[in-house]
Amino acid sequence: MGKKTMIALITLALAFVIYPLYQSYNGSETLKDVGQYYIDNGVEETGAQNLVTSVVVTYRGLDTLGEVTILFLAASVISFFLSFSKNDRIKSRSIRSVTEILTTSTQVLVPMIFMFGVYIFVNGHLTPGGGFQGGAVIASGIILMFLSNPRFKLSHKVIQFVESTSGIVFVLIGAAGALMMDGDFLSNKIPGFGFGEVGSIISAGAIPVIYTFLGLKVGAELSNVLGVFVESQSEK
Amino acid sequence: MLIVLASVLGIASMVGAYFAIHSKSLTVAIIATGVVSLISSILFLLLAAPDVAMTEASIGSALTSAIFFLTLNKIRQTNG
Repeated sequence: MGKKTMIALITLALAFVIYPLYQSYNGSETLKDVGQYYIDNGVEETGAQNLVTSVVVTYRGLDTLGEVTILFLAASVISFFLSFSKNDRIKSRSIRSVTEILTTSTQVLVPMIFMFGVYIFVNGHLTPGGGFQGGAVIASGIILMFLSNPRFKLSHKVIQFVESTSGIVFVLIGAAGALMMDGDFLSNKIPGFGFGEVGSIISAGAIPVIYTFLGLKVGAELSNVLGVFVESQSEK
Repeated sequence: MLIVLASVLGIASMVGAYFAIHSKSLTVAIIATGVVSLISSILFLLLAAPDVAMTEASIGSALTSAIFFLTLNKIRQTNG
């Protein structure tokens, strides 16, 4: 039997297995218990207008902490494997000249992109988006800075400071909920963070604070990954 | 109307995926993967998931393409 016949047979077998699943699927009209609970009590318990945010930061806050940890690990492993000693640095790397259009448009666009990223994570409890999205948008602004100026270097000290401080603050806010009230880890009921009026910018307790630090942390990590990749270009 | 738009985008993303795999030039392949991510982010938006769309647009098309291009440049440098 040829290779192509085998592939066709395997595809057919897969189709035979998966088709009953498709046949028996019928979407449910009502929400499951957990979803219904979030819709009924989410705004009341977390004060966040955006229910996705209240799930991501408060109800499933531990998962978010895990995601941030995974991202941190990935960034550290990348920097570990791509770092090199000074002796291996190419003395004068030939760099293509950058056009006027790119440099000028970068000067106009980068502040706007950064502002949009900050807007996304500051408004995380009101509108779609949050720490991860805002951080990724900030990192895509950093790409533009690298493109327009190939000699641009990220300060490792600043990145390290932003990254570690925001990580520690995130965990401390989470612990404060567990220690100061009878609440759980990363619960949103922390004294000093009032719920405020639902829908206003200063509301939803600790969620905006957590999302701001999360955005800074994710932005710093993704920018660091990019910076390490750019730096590795000048390794021998 | 929405279903027509979604079908056009879906077909376009399939064409992009074909180019990403079968293109002879690696640069074209990287750009094609970026296009697939961008189209899928619009599809996420049509499916009422704006936050997933934001993540896909910034990480899938911007950051991943940039990292792929940097790696390609590095490979070309080392292979002379």
